[in-house]
Amino acid sequence: MTTTAVHGGARNAVGDSLTMIGRSIRLSRRNVDTLVMSIVLPLLMMSLFVYVFGGAINTGTRYINYVVPGIILLCTGYGAASTAMSVTDDMTSGMIDRLRSLPIRSSAVLTGHVVASVTRNLLSTTLVIGAAIAMGFRPDATVTDWMQVAGLLLLYVLALSWLAAGLGVIAKSVESASTLSFLMLFLPYLSSAFVPTNTMPTFLHAVSEHQPITPVIETVRGLLTGTPIGTIGWIALAWCVGLLTCSFTFATWLFRRRTRG
Amino acid sequence: MIVEATGLHKAFGSTKVLDGVDLHVAEGTVFALLGPNGAGKTTAIRILTTLLRPDLGSVRIAGYDVVREAAKVRSVISMTGQFVALDDQQTGRENLVMIGRLMHMGRPAARRRATDLLERFDLVDAMNRRVRTYSGGMRRRLDLAMSLVSQPRVIFLDEPTTGLDPSSRTTMWDAIRDLVSSGTTIVLTTQYLEEADRLADRIMLINGGRVAASGTTDALKSQVGGDRLDLRFAVVADVARAAALLDALRGTDPLVLGIPSDGSAEHLHKVLDDLRLAGVPVVKVSSHQPTLDDVFLSLTTTDRTSIQV
Repeated sequence: MTTTAVHGGARNAVGDSLTMIGRSIRLSRRNVDTLVMSIVLPLLMMSLFVYVFGGAINTGTRYINYVVPGIILLCTGYGAASTAMSVTDDMTSGMIDRLRSLPIRSSAVLTGHVVASVTRNLLSTTLVIGAAIAMGFRPDATVTDWMQVAGLLLLYVLALSWLAAGLGVIAKSVESASTLSFLMLFLPYLSSAFVPTNTMPTFLHAVSEHQPITPVIETVRGLLTGTPIGTIGWIALAWCVGLLTCSFTFATWLFRRRTRG
Repeated sequence: MIVEATGLHKAFGSTKVLDGVDLHVAEGTVFALLGPNGAGKTTAIRILTTLLRPDLGSVRIAGYDVVREAAKVRSVISMTGQFVALDDQQTGRENLVMIGRLMHMGRPAARRRATDLLERFDLVDAMNRRVRTYSGGMRRRLDLAMSLVSQPRVIFLDEPTTGLDPSSRTTMWDAIRDLVSSGTTIVLTTQYLEEADRLADRIMLINGGRVAASGTTDALKSQVGGDRLDLRFAVVADVARAAALLDALRGTDPLVLGIPSDGSAEHLHKVLDDLRLAGVPVVKVSSHQPTLDDVFLSLTTTDRTSIQV
């Protein structure tokens, strides 16, 4: 009997992650629920806000120009929720034991889920922007603006995906993973995503000004509509980097703790 | 000894799950861990396969310590859990290739290995179908194939046939025997005595986290005594008359007497002749060999008994 496997260096770590990324992407492509969540839902949300609510909301500009960043972030929340559920699915099925009994770095498992999550979000974001343009969205952004938007959103999605992975590790069942993800779905509504925050009661107004989604949305909106963003961009960046650092540390620590035995 | 565990203790909160278990398995043999639900079988397997740390005690597999050298242990073992661990949305082949890649095989080698295993487990026809379309038996076979990708020296199988229909169970048994004939060591848990009896060289019976008995199947059976003749009578009065003549045991059935026997034809003749001379008619005779069931029942009902054979 020969043993082909050895616990290896950085090359193996990258290889393991790539294998796990391939797996997670294949699984999300074949999982109809996740696909619907990442493709149909953004389009529905978009139509709902633009055609149903939009007419009655006064934002001082055309509503579609106002709402696109909010839809993108809302969909990111839904994407993250399905990431949390698929992580929980792995953690609660025998799959995690099988993967752990292999000579691989355990972080590869979460990396696979996170990268697949970012990929799904990339797809849904592209779709939202495409559909928005078809519905009359006219961004006024330079190439540099677009690149900044892409960079900030990528950072935000990455942070949220690691947070979701962490929640997925905590959750004891797929149902509770979905419940834990509720906050990520709810926060966009308490921000300037869909309506200007100045009509909110003082308390809510304070909440919306001091949560990560408002600065990210204001930055993306400013960049896309070509209005100056001032220091809000740096606040958004700080939120994203902070959130990413915390959620990455939190998720990997939890994963090690849960799988240590 | 390829598997050597001494003094394993594990508690979850205040519940003692393993309370001093020693376990030794020789290379190339099949070792069965037998016990009722909740006896500690799965916990023992999880400790042996590095998935759980023991509170006390040590385990060496192929010379490596499961706690300090977990990575090395993982490279020589494989584990098939109680619940099938497969990706339903991947095909059988994709599942196998994925494991090969995670074992750090090159892509062509991983594909070759997948094809070999699919042939060996009779899954070639279904290899490009998603696993969610597989039957229970096919899933178990694929699950076992998944643990063989790495060509492990020791395979741990946690209840490999629980929930399978009889024909799938036989197929699994054949696959396990095949592995043994190629020199692999197998440690399995089961709650089926028949399975342990058919497959294992040595059996360890655990109950309430302690070793109730261990030894070869034959040795365990001889623990509960030799053969027995069961005589059935038509009426209770006959039972009483026969019991006065013979050195008999009464069971739960009032019309049946159990007679300890050496299993010979001569003894059977003598018993029947004695009864005929006394004019006690016997309705039916059956010879009863001790089964692992007897061992199991006699040991798991009186739980502090410990027998080392």
